[in-house]
Amino acid sequence: MSTKVEPRRLTTAPRLSDRVFRGVVTAGGLTSLAILGLISFFLYSKSQDVFTTFGWSFVKDVQWIPDDGTTMSTGHYGIGAMLVGTVITSLIALAVGVPIAVGLALFLTQYAPNWLRTPLALLIDLMASIPSVVYGLWGFFVLMPHAVYWAKLLHKYLGWIPLFDVPAPIFDRSPFIAGLVLSIMIIPIVTAISREVFNQAPRDRIEAAYALGATKWAAIRAVVLPHGKAGVIGGAMLGLGRALGETVAVYMVLNLAFDINWHILQSAGGSVASLIVNKFGEATTFEVQGLMAAGLVLFILTLVVNLLADLVVRFTGKGA
Amino acid sequence: MTAVTPTRPWRATPAVLAAESASIAAAAIVAVLLVRFTGFEGKLAIAALFLVLATSFTALNEGRQRGWEAAKNAGARAIVIACAVIVLVPLMSIMWTVVDNGRHALRLNFFTQDMAIASGDSPFDEGGALHSIIGTAQLVAMSSIVSIPLGILAALYLTEIRGRLSPIIRFLTQAMSGVPSVVAGLFVYSAWILGPGKTYSGVAGAMALSILMLPTVARTAEEVLKLVPDHLREAGQALGGTQWRTVAGIVLPTARSGLFTAGILGVARISGETAPLLLTIFGASAVNLSVNNGPVSALPVFVFSHLKLGTDNAVARAWTGALVLMVLVLVLFSVARWFGGRKSR
Repeated sequence: MSTKVEPRRLTTAPRLSDRVFRGVVTAGGLTSLAILGLISFFLYSKSQDVFTTFGWSFVKDVQWIPDDGTTMSTGHYGIGAMLVGTVITSLIALAVGVPIAVGLALFLTQYAPNWLRTPLALLIDLMASIPSVVYGLWGFFVLMPHAVYWAKLLHKYLGWIPLFDVPAPIFDRSPFIAGLVLSIMIIPIVTAISREVFNQAPRDRIEAAYALGATKWAAIRAVVLPHGKAGVIGGAMLGLGRALGETVAVYMVLNLAFDINWHILQSAGGSVASLIVNKFGEATTFEVQGLMAAGLVLFILTLVVNLLADLVVRFTGKGA
Repeated sequence: MTAVTPTRPWRATPAVLAAESASIAAAAIVAVLLVRFTGFEGKLAIAALFLVLATSFTALNEGRQRGWEAAKNAGARAIVIACAVIVLVPLMSIMWTVVDNGRHALRLNFFTQDMAIASGDSPFDEGGALHSIIGTAQLVAMSSIVSIPLGILAALYLTEIRGRLSPIIRFLTQAMSGVPSVVAGLFVYSAWILGPGKTYSGVAGAMALSILMLPTVARTAEEVLKLVPDHLREAGQALGGTQWRTVAGIVLPTARSGLFTAGILGVARISGETAPLLLTIFGASAVNLSVNNGPVSALPVFVFSHLKLGTDNAVARAWTGALVLMVLVLVLFSVARWFGGRKSR
């Protein structure tokens, strides 16, 4: 009598330990989704009243008048000036910072001698980790006197351009100075990403350009810059995201004024992030809700900018 | 037979070198003269004029010898070098001023006393930043306990499971790294302090910091885990290991020093954060060892609040706080680089 031997059952189904492992890892991966969702949910739920009371005028109006504590409508909350100010300072930061960062990235990848590359790249990375409060201190005590001098020069020679006009001659704590501080803060980010894409520029095409008699600059213009364009744009937008959300450094070097001011050299500007820190200490209950709403707007703004940056880097980066 | 001496036509001849140095020297002289005799003033003006003039003079020099293309080439080179110099100037200036201004209030008692009985205006040998140093240590420890495991899990999803959610998780991590720090603070204030937490506390601060730390850890950890060669994973599976055993026994130990770097970079990212802490821990002047009861302080908040006081001694203390903070970040950064550079490359 022979017993029939059951063949060992083979399966590719994951074991219990693996199922647990995969579950835990996936849950861990999705915490970012949960946190982003919670941020939007809580900021919105606490600031709902602001949006129902003021509607679109919260984003458009420029006044920020605290209420008397009884109802929200005794005050008036609008972040129009702050939003415009945020965008102005960030754009100044981009206008100053991005060309310098691109130049620096070109230097690091194309021009610098080998012995200099690693230490210089280290220094730039270090620059990214200097706390913003230190940038603020330095900006206030060291950069400001110089920047005021440059602002006066700009005003003297280019004052006929409305942008550089200064109706009331106070030059310190202006959007221009805040933009300069921000530009220094975003240079490391933009440089890091530009450096990466410039490094990936196809070596053979650069050699080919040389073989055709190109100078170094001609080779860079013909090969490296077109190859890295998308990466530079993406890096600039990441820098923009950082500049939009920067708080403490801007708080120290920018004078908040609740009026839209296009004269970038004048001591009156706006910043949503520094508004929040500025008003938070003495805010009434309803005013805190207004600040939550401001935070929500800032959150959405940076999220959109980062989304665009991500798309630019991901889709154009591959094609090049 | 005579030995052929190799010629190196690409090398600069003495004449070319002389012409180049001459144009740079000329730029320097003209810059100094311009500052001396016109409306410009200050050392920075000399430096700025020098950069502009040196660029144009070297371009002119090249152009005179080799034509328009060479002039553009020389001009571009000068501009690129100038960019590097322009970035280094503020960096060096920051480091120098922090050290120079920070040394005045740097006494031993800065590390052993708090500001409970001293005020910002007191002489430098009274009071210190002990409460802030302890606070920063507590905050960093608590945030690390939350964020480092979560960040590594997110990275593991991207490198080990590689599931359908990968692009979404990668994007969300990216989006999270763009969350303005002040928004993280506001979120914790609205969700925790106005809710179950009831009061400013160290825990609230750590929550806000964890949000900022998580994406840094996740992204660095992903880069590190990507470097683990796939054949190690396959070897683990070939030995009959489940995925869990492979990851725990092979992948993570291989990437250990890199993961350590990821953690350190995360700590460096948050140890200088100020804005979210103003909204969550509020700041205090005495040591508060309790993390869930009442305001605590942290080094960035110490710097911020003393700067706001505005008197000479308070500002000097702020600079010293900044100096301690910078040294801390510098040390963390060097440690991260040292560990990262040893194995993962």
